[in-house]
Amino acid sequence: MEVPEEKISYLQLIKNGVFKENTIFRLVISLCPSIAVTTSIKNGFLLGIAVLFVQTMVNTTVGLLRNFIHPRIRIPIFMLIISGWVSVVDMLMAAYARETYKEIGLYIQIIVAFASILARAEMFASKHRVDYSFFDGFGSGLGFLIALVIISFFRELLGKGTLLGYSIVHAKPLLIMVMPTGGFLVVGLLMGFFNWIDMRFYGGKGAGGAGGH
Amino acid sequence: MSSEFTKLFELFIAASIINNFVFTRFLGLCIFFGVSKKMETAIGMSITFTSVMVIAAALSWVVYQYVMIPLEITFLKIVIFIGIVAAFVQASDTIMRKVSPGLYYKLGVYLALISTNCIIIAVPLINAGEKYNFLESLSFGLGSGIGFALALIIMASIREKMELANVPRPFRGMPIAWITTALIALAFTGFSGIITL
Repeated sequence: MEVPEEKISYLQLIKNGVFKENTIFRLVISLCPSIAVTTSIKNGFLLGIAVLFVQTMVNTTVGLLRNFIHPRIRIPIFMLIISGWVSVVDMLMAAYARETYKEIGLYIQIIVAFASILARAEMFASKHRVDYSFFDGFGSGLGFLIALVIISFFRELLGKGTLLGYSIVHAKPLLIMVMPTGGFLVVGLLMGFFNWIDMRFYGGKGAGGAGGH
Repeated sequence: MSSEFTKLFELFIAASIINNFVFTRFLGLCIFFGVSKKMETAIGMSITFTSVMVIAAALSWVVYQYVMIPLEITFLKIVIFIGIVAAFVQASDTIMRKVSPGLYYKLGVYLALISTNCIIIAVPLINAGEKYNFLESLSFGLGSGIGFALALIIMASIREKMELANVPRPFRGMPIAWITTALIALAFTGFSGIITL
């Protein structure tokens, strides 16, 4: 079970989470909230923060406890740890960000079923030292946060003509962008765009999108 | 009696078409994009999902009403609901393997994927949040399951045709699937406002 620890740089771990294994654009998992909450930058940012927190804390907890968890019951234990931390965030948000919580409360509770969090705990944190796990979780959560902010930037700008609530564009907004359709459209186009960059400049094959959940 | 029945029916229609889980609530997207490549898997997945959703709705309603409210531990609902769903899925996995290996061979793969899926956990959470009674919870669960099945089957039939289309290279695979979904979602917004609950 124990893998010999090679030296990994913290920066490398964070970069990996943000670019190479970006949850939304590259791995194409945990997509549900990427559309649901990205109608304004504020909502997208708050959910991103929630995920960043849960991801980091779960990875740290698993990293700390990994020697005490019997491998055969690890998945239920991970689920317990995740749902515990999600409850913490849920209650914090309900207490301190009431307005936003009314809009995105359900999606905060849904974080518990995120594949990306379970996958990080299972694939990385259960095999590595706690400090590496911490930075891996941080990077992956940060990647998620950045993706959400990018998507909500376009949707808020085009759909409402505002940024962070301030009016920027004084033309009639494209209402379609704040509707469900706009969310799917923006994510699809952005994904295609990042694939294009990857193919054009880095010679990659583009994210196939394994699916899963 | 008849007005109650009407209410249940309205709830069913609202859950399956108007507030379709995929197109207006954006839940279960991961699995939606993951398994909608082939019609056969899409159908298998829809059957499994619908039945698990109905049973999960019923089980968690009973636990919520008769255990969690009397003990005043409703703040633990996330932990408990995910436990119920995971335990139920694990149990049905084991039972199915023993009782009908043929069915297990067909649907077992999907069962394993279900336990940590967002739309399964969303049904009990919404039921608890909206304070539905037992029958309402059941009809909400069934409606959501049928709605998800509808979405999967529509998408699978489109994607099977799309295999033959000439899509620009960066857009192949996932991106074009998202854009297609955007168009279907646009069609589904036409349903909004038919029933207001």
